[in-house]
Amino acid sequence: MSRRLPWGAMARMTGRRALAAVPVLLGVTLAVFAVAAASPFDPVKAYAGTAGLTASQENLDQLRANLGADRPWLTRWWEWLGRAVTGDLGDSSVMRQPVADVIAERVGWSALLAATAFLLAVTLGTALGVLAGRRRGGLLDRAVSSAAYTLEAAPAFWLGLLAIWFFALKLGALPAGGLTDTASETVTAGQVAHHLVLPALVLGISQLPWFFLYVRQGVGDALEEDPVRGARARGLGERTVLTGHALRSGMLPMLTLIGSRVPELITGALLVETVFSWPGIAAATVQAAVSVDFPLLAALTVLATAAVLLGNLLSDLLYGLADPRVGFDG
Amino acid sequence: MAARTVRRATAAILTGAVALTAAACSHPGNGAAGSGGPKDSAVVGIAYEPDTLSPLLGYGKDGNSKIFDGLLAFDADLKLRPALAAALPTVSADGLTYTYKLRPGVKFSDGKPFTAKDVVFTYRTVLDPKTNNPSRTELDALEDVRAVGDDTVVFTLKYPYAPFAERTVLAIAPEHVAGRQDVNNGPFTTKPIGTGPYVLTGWSKGEKLTFQANPNYWGGAPAVKKFTMAVIKDDDVRATRLRAGDLDGAILPPNLAANFKTDKTKKTYAATTYDYRTVTLPTHNEVTGDTAVRRALDLAVDRQAMVDKILEGAGKPAYGPVPTGSPWFAKGTERRHDLAGARKILDEAGWKPGPDGIRVKNGVRAAFPLWYLSGDKLRQDHALAYASDAKKAGVEITTQAGTWEVIEPRMKTDAVLAGGGSPGDPDFDQYLLLKSALAGDGFNNMAWYDNKAVDRALEEGRRTDDPAQRRAAYDTVQRELVKNPGYTFLTHIDHLYVVADRWTTDAGDLTTQTEPHDHGLASGPWWNVEDWKPKGSGATAK
Repeated sequence: MSRRLPWGAMARMTGRRALAAVPVLLGVTLAVFAVAAASPFDPVKAYAGTAGLTASQENLDQLRANLGADRPWLTRWWEWLGRAVTGDLGDSSVMRQPVADVIAERVGWSALLAATAFLLAVTLGTALGVLAGRRRGGLLDRAVSSAAYTLEAAPAFWLGLLAIWFFALKLGALPAGGLTDTASETVTAGQVAHHLVLPALVLGISQLPWFFLYVRQGVGDALEEDPVRGARARGLGERTVLTGHALRSGMLPMLTLIGSRVPELITGALLVETVFSWPGIAAATVQAAVSVDFPLLAALTVLATAAVLLGNLLSDLLYGLADPRVGFDG
Repeated sequence: MAARTVRRATAAILTGAVALTAAACSHPGNGAAGSGGPKDSAVVGIAYEPDTLSPLLGYGKDGNSKIFDGLLAFDADLKLRPALAAALPTVSADGLTYTYKLRPGVKFSDGKPFTAKDVVFTYRTVLDPKTNNPSRTELDALEDVRAVGDDTVVFTLKYPYAPFAERTVLAIAPEHVAGRQDVNNGPFTTKPIGTGPYVLTGWSKGEKLTFQANPNYWGGAPAVKKFTMAVIKDDDVRATRLRAGDLDGAILPPNLAANFKTDKTKKTYAATTYDYRTVTLPTHNEVTGDTAVRRALDLAVDRQAMVDKILEGAGKPAYGPVPTGSPWFAKGTERRHDLAGARKILDEAGWKPGPDGIRVKNGVRAAFPLWYLSGDKLRQDHALAYASDAKKAGVEITTQAGTWEVIEPRMKTDAVLAGGGSPGDPDFDQYLLLKSALAGDGFNNMAWYDNKAVDRALEEGRRTDDPAQRRAAYDTVQRELVKNPGYTFLTHIDHLYVVADRWTTDAGDLTTQTEPHDHGLASGPWWNVEDWKPKGSGATAK
């Protein structure tokens, strides 16, 4: 593994992908505006909430004009784009504050939660997958595999409720929700870490089966391939066989998986954030969607798309590194 | 945090220092709340989060905000009492001018004095069409507001509007802060500054709002120094966290509240409400537009069964928007469940049972659709029970679920299971629900109800200040609703709260106000948290 990294090729691929991302992002925002405009939700009703039920038509019409909801979506998209390019993301109608503030307040907490959960899922999933793949049909394999299939079927929010019931209610060991102690006003690292455990665990565990099953399969198959048999025949130690041969090719499918799991991670985070009252971006996304809050929705979609594109880039880079035959985009 | 003046920064630091000292004195432990936590802090779980904390956009319009005060406020019995005003207003003989003297010496939590300018600013901004305030219609009667000196405010009305004083519970915003930024999206909408008993110290959207007692509150510093509202949308999670001791109190649906009955450390409070569920009977539908059908349905429905089965006892039968327990309720307008009477009315009106048991008149089947908001279990249960009761009288109702986007275009001819209710003046609900001129205006008068006698009585009720005349007017409305019900009112729903039994007030046990349809932030037993005292430790001087 002591060869030099192909920095040049990697940078060229990153650059090509960044260029390709521009039309993708443009198309996605255009689609978001179109879909939102076609949706049956009415931004004025969403804005007014229960007050809208007693508001006069005149009041509602005035709101529609103030919010710009009476203009064609294509015009609104063009104006939004023009301002977004200059760094002005507009104002969120549903949050009553600038979009940039909404995102700045929340995205960090979502990223922290998702990154912790992802790390947990990848490391734990890989470790268990290697152990199970080494001895397929063994006790550990059977136990973890059946648990993994069960987990794959379990919705994240249900796991969340279960975790709250067990760890917070039965054991009283961990807080049931929030970013900090409910009564606390300041955000300290210790408190956040303490409160992060359950939601990250739940989100991580809900992602874990995918990594576990892929690695288990990959390692198991690799151990039966010719190079491994050859290595074994040459009398190489089991450890060398595993790390040097089986792991290398066995891990390849998982690298692709890392990129493709990002969207799942985002949707999973949504449910987990709701159950644990985690002040992340996920809840804002749903609110923006059902309230047809164009500026917020567009900004969040750009963020999510960028996350997916980055995830794919990352997995392709890793793949290229792990298997030089694949290379970096030709 | 944007740049602030030195004075404001100093004030903020001082407030913070006081708060810290208070917190330090009262927090020997690690600050964990819950049943065993410090006695001068309270944490409650709420289901809904406000969109904004700016009074200019509609927050605190019904009074009782913890951060702001209105000129007037409601007490537990919804009687008006002075707040930022020194006394109740003086009203001119023609009912068109309301004059308020302001309470002297009141300061905003940033240390700046509160004056008549702030009142004028608040009302004018709300009335400004550029302000995105969806509740502006409530101030429709208001023509102009002006300051006379620093301590007097004069309101001029377009037409005599008896309940106007009850609209002046509207929270007052500081002009020197809110007047200098974008009203609709400025920082004030999330970082408000008011004159109220509590100062907002943090709002983590989707998680919680934290408050610190305002040590300089004009009504005296509250004994509960720290107050937290945790936003927990899921009913089960809220109940779980209440049981775990993470919350001191929470709003719960009846079935989950029932689980706490045996818990000796917690008390359940049932707040009576104006929160009604009703079926609109559109005038423009040839079945529901027939007075005989309306009256028959009014008798065929078994309201008590709905209260017992659907609400598990936590509610009351409703015969109109006015709850039976309200002093404005017209005694004698209660309708008994009378299936035989309902059938008789339909028989006499010429609705004869057809071969399938459904009545027919002149080739029209006694059948109509009833819409309810999808996902709302309570409304669904009400709709199904209503349809089943109607069936027994020979009227076929098809229940259908939909979002408001689907329902709204059909409201003119299709029945809807609607909810609503605002306490206070009888004008608030009845005018919007029943006035024929408001038919189809937004969600007002959804049933397109059209009754000249009711129209007249509604106008009389709002234009006179004489209590006897007003009572007579609203009695007329309620009696007309018996003769020609444009809606079938079903129930008024109690809101249930479970709270740790650790507090008391000078007046005795904790209380609840009569509550509106929507759960305001300060609904529930904590409507007067500033008056709470820890139990047993000897009441501290307020």
